[in-house]
Amino acid sequence: MNAMNFIYAFLMLVFVFIFQTSLTGFNRKVTARLQKRYGARWYQQFLDIFKAMRKDSTTHGWVFDFGVIMALGGIMATVIFIPVAGFRAFPGTDNVFVISYLLAVGMLGMAMSAAGSGNPWASIGVGRALTNMLAYDIPLMIVIFTMIFAFDSASVGELAKMQQGMGILGWNAFRMPLGGIVAVIALMGMLGKKPFDSFIAPAEIASGPMVEYGGKHLGFMFILHEFMTFIEVSLIINLFFGGGATIWEYMLKYAVLYTFTNIVSGVMPRFKIDQAVKYFYRVPLAMAIIQGIVVIFTGLGVTIWF
Amino acid sequence: MVLDKKDTRNIWEKIGDYFSANSIWMKWYCTGCGAIEMPPTMTSRFDMERLGMGPMATPRQADVLLITGYLSTKTLRRVIYSYEQMNSPRYIVGFGSCTINGGIYYDSYATINQLDKYLPVDLYIAGCMPRPEAIMNGFAALIEMIKKGEANGWRHYQENYEWYKKNQLESLGEVIINDEFHE
Ligand code: SF4
Repeated sequence: MNAMNFIYAFLMLVFVFIFQTSLTGFNRKVTARLQKRYGARWYQQFLDIFKAMRKDSTTHGWVFDFGVIMALGGIMATVIFIPVAGFRAFPGTDNVFVISYLLAVGMLGMAMSAAGSGNPWASIGVGRALTNMLAYDIPLMIVIFTMIFAFDSASVGELAKMQQGMGILGWNAFRMPLGGIVAVIALMGMLGKKPFDSFIAPAEIASGPMVEYGGKHLGFMFILHEFMTFIEVSLIINLFFGGGATIWEYMLKYAVLYTFTNIVSGVMPRFKIDQAVKYFYRVPLAMAIIQGIVVIFTGLGVTIWF
Repeated sequence: MVLDKKDTRNIWEKIGDYFSANSIWMKWYCTGCGAIEMPPTMTSRFDMERLGMGPMATPRQADVLLITGYLSTKTLRRVIYSYEQMNSPRYIVGFGSCTINGGIYYDSYATINQLDKYLPVDLYIAGCMPRPEAIMNGFAALIEMIKKGEANGWRHYQENYEWYKKNQLESLGEVIINDEFHE
């Protein structure tokens, strides 16, 4: 590890921010077209973020301020460990467990800061967000553990590389079709897309955890949200859709998957939180367990179909 | 550098105003009948997201407070609370004749007549009620004003706080609260 690694890490953060924010803007346009509107400009998301950073903001005590910084720091640190198309800022550290634990720092920071605002809507939102996390994490983790068991590696980069060179059929989403479906559904939950967006429901709980944020705090939250989206979509791309041999392939897959979740989200109503939990524990959990049993006891999926 | 009488903003404020003008988040305070014109303005027919505007859930997140119609003295208190929760730069848009001079409720005992006695209004949209076309026109004007740095109601409020406060108190009157927090 030398100075170069840190420069790479910094460049990666800049790249991720620009790429994901543009993609979010593009997806706002996609959503608008679904609703037969013309939609915002593609760079609207940048304008929104910089506008928020420009405003004054109100603090609600040091827990509130510190939580925002802690969340942003934790999430940015996690982004650095995500392998993108075989590129790793710090080689050998892209373990699934490292990523999921680092991610928890960011999530906890966010929960802490939102609860620190003292607004009851924020507490309800945080409660729902954590419940939602519990719901999607268990099916997803069962599939990921199965994969780790089957391929004998917990490195995200290695797992991505193992799927390459065999065409589409080499992707884990096709080797383990049930697991792939679970992963995409869990991704919808992770991103907070409809129908799993009850924790930010703007009309019912006034945008939940975000209720007391304004100005610069809100700007930080928006940046954090872009980074978080990148982490979540990247994990699924790397683990289930073969990562990418080149950066262009990676970006293409990423854009397609992210836009897909948005299109599904655009035509869905919203689950109540208990319905979301029930749903995750019924359909995806069953599929994940069946997938686990198939892979572990028959070896189907590790050895390719034919 | 030539000193300009009108524009005394520095470069950063100009850039900031450019961002503010192109990304307007609104809090609708739906006090009166005018609120019903907002959904068509927002959805596919008129689509205000084209101009970078959108609804937000709480006053903390919003830049613009929309007062859509008549204000009873009881709601005025809540509007003032909401306005003071917002972060500057913040703007107020008054909707319909009720906010300008009282409209058809000009002699009502329960409503205020002139909104800008109590809060600094940056822009009025006239009409009873204004159609979505008028609303879009109004917002285009607001965007121009912000870009040029003319929408300075929030500064005006800070500088003339005593005057506003006096008017607010006069209209709200004294409140005697009897609940478990104030005994
Ligand atoms: S101006 Fe007319 S439409 Fe608007 S609140 Fe007053 S009476 Fe209602």
